[in-house]
Amino acid sequence: MDIHQTRRRRVLQTGGGFGLMAALSAAGFVVPKAALAEWNKAAFEGKTVADAMKALGATSPAASGEVQIIASDIAENGAVVPIQVVSRLAGTQQIAVFVEKNPNVLAAVFDVGPDLAPDFTTRVKMAESSNIVVLVKSAGGFATATKEIKVTLGGCGG
Amino acid sequence: MDRREFLNVVAAGAAAGFAFPAREAAAQQQAADIYDAPAFGNASLLHFTDCHAQLLPVHFREPSVNLGVGDMRGKPPHLVGDALLRHYGLAGGSRAAFAFSHVDFERLAPVYGKVGGFAHLATLVKRVRASRPGSLLLDGGDTWQGSATALWSKGQDMADAAKLLGVDVMTLHWECTLGQERVTEIAEKDFAGKIEILAQNIRTADFGDPVFEPFTLRTINGVRIAIVGQAFPYTPIANPRYLMQDWTFGIREESLQAAVDAARAAGARAVVLLSHNGMDVDLKLAGRVRGIDAILGGHTHDGVPVPVVVDNPGGRTLVTNAGSNGKFLGVLDLDVGAGGVRDFRYRLLPVFAGLLPADPEMDAHIAKVRAPHLAKLGEKLAVSEGLLYRRGNFNGTFDQLILDALMAEKDAEIAFSPGFRWGTTVLPGEAITMEHVLDQTAITYPYVTFAEMTGEQIRLVLEDVGDNLFNPDPYMQQGGDMVRVGGLAYRCDPTAAMGRRIGDMTLRGRPLEASKTYKVAGWAPVAEAARDAGGEPIWDLVARHLRRRKTVAPPKLNLPTLSGVEGNPGIAP
Repeated sequence: MDIHQTRRRRVLQTGGGFGLMAALSAAGFVVPKAALAEWNKAAFEGKTVADAMKALGATSPAASGEVQIIASDIAENGAVVPIQVVSRLAGTQQIAVFVEKNPNVLAAVFDVGPDLAPDFTTRVKMAESSNIVVLVKSAGGFATATKEIKVTLGGCGG
Repeated sequence: MDRREFLNVVAAGAAAGFAFPAREAAAQQQAADIYDAPAFGNASLLHFTDCHAQLLPVHFREPSVNLGVGDMRGKPPHLVGDALLRHYGLAGGSRAAFAFSHVDFERLAPVYGKVGGFAHLATLVKRVRASRPGSLLLDGGDTWQGSATALWSKGQDMADAAKLLGVDVMTLHWECTLGQERVTEIAEKDFAGKIEILAQNIRTADFGDPVFEPFTLRTINGVRIAIVGQAFPYTPIANPRYLMQDWTFGIREESLQAAVDAARAAGARAVVLLSHNGMDVDLKLAGRVRGIDAILGGHTHDGVPVPVVVDNPGGRTLVTNAGSNGKFLGVLDLDVGAGGVRDFRYRLLPVFAGLLPADPEMDAHIAKVRAPHLAKLGEKLAVSEGLLYRRGNFNGTFDQLILDALMAEKDAEIAFSPGFRWGTTVLPGEAITMEHVLDQTAITYPYVTFAEMTGEQIRLVLEDVGDNLFNPDPYMQQGGDMVRVGGLAYRCDPTAAMGRRIGDMTLRGRPLEASKTYKVAGWAPVAEAARDAGGEPIWDLVARHLRRRKTVAPPKLNLPTLSGVEGNPGIAP
């Protein structure tokens, strides 16, 4: 039943987190820290999605069906909400994740190298039900996708 | 077959299954005929769901309030009472009307008797399977929880009963509240090589790896069929997450589509989803996921006599829901050709204990698991003068009794009780036994809570639970009923947006103040901290209260004043 997970855990244990990261880095999958873009202070301190997007250089970007947010409609735990973002836009360079109702709306920015598939999973914290907005910067400009995730007190089901 | 022919077949199937005569006497004479369900096609699936561990026959009153909002308004399963009878052409007073609706429940219950019971279900299963060689028996989940003996044996009585019944495949919800270790233990020890647990939407919380197989391929009379499993998507939200903390759930449409595609690629000529989504979620999902021929659904406890046919980009999907508490056995007969499903018949057969002799082997098993507990189960706590039931969107009379007990025993001004949809019915004049109380309360987190809450906090709780029931998007619903409320009067508009459904909250005639604190009792907390705080099991509190009262007058229901539901056929006038 848990063949897959056992196998994967063993790989991680024997490989060791550090070694694996080093291998990925050497293969060009993870960009070395020195090459990372500067911390965008203005974007991460933005209080509204519009302000934070502006700080990332985007004004009123259009929604795109090529950007997909995969996440549960109701969060199991608002403190740790898994979110997967997939971009099928050619030349995707950057993916930003916003939680509309969080005090600081920008949760994460991924700078995407040319050899990396633009398919990320991250976890965000949400105090209340909110839209998740994703901004993708690609060769064709900026595009967004939006998904509502509900945070509930729980109980009472069934 | 075009759409019109397809629907005619549905209608024919319905007529064949429900040709009940109008008069009760005639109905009883012809009672045996209702189980003469001629076999059809070349691959049959039998389905029961949400029996909630009721091994013995029970009374179960169907809801008189089951509101549909938004696109679901007035559509199955959101029809009750006479509207339901009219929709399906069921004659008032007939056996079918008694099984599928609440109409005349008190009058008809003594006439038609109890329903369900595993020994009677076993007889029906054997009978139906005799004319359907190779058929599969599917268990939709909520099988290991809901009774005293299931709680005390950690689901063992039900796991053994499922094996005896001949279950082939099952999926999960309340089973998980026995703890993920216990579920794994039954899957790997008791069920190994016998019953396959399927759930495409349960993954490990760390890496998102599958915990169970997503689907199984079976061959029935040379026809390759896939059964895909869908557990209740919101188990760690509706129930305590700490009981299944390494597992994550969700609807997971994308991986469901992938499972259906993989099953087709592996040669499945028909694909059936064994679902614990709840009917509204299944109806939405059926319009979006391609390649599923039928959804055999549960969770919302809707006894739906005729499948709903949903169009989607890949074709058509039948959506069914097979009720609860062992009342029904669904029988789906498929005629599958080289190109897929050509035709079908569906019947939802009510299990009338009085018409089906008990299967001796199952009967012996039930007697054995109950024997050590008979004295405790049978203790008569009080006599009920009125009908005690739970099911319905708002307070049922048994909930009211629990709320009254909570307020009295904890000296609280307000009480909350969860909107569970399980729990059996007690007829007027019957003794309320300890077993009845446990039928309403047997969970692994039964702790009574007592808290000081502000008026604003109370409002937020009501809004939150109201949205879990009445959100117009089915994917945002959890499938329970509204939290039962004692002491506090309120207004509810199910059709309003979240934050605006609840209003006019008053306590003893005075408006609830947002910043003032109130004494609130409850039970079944989902937070881990509440478990660690302890708290008396609710059944002990209710039993103590009943022993003192001795006789229980019909409880006065504390129902909200409803608005926005005028003319809605989901509420009986």
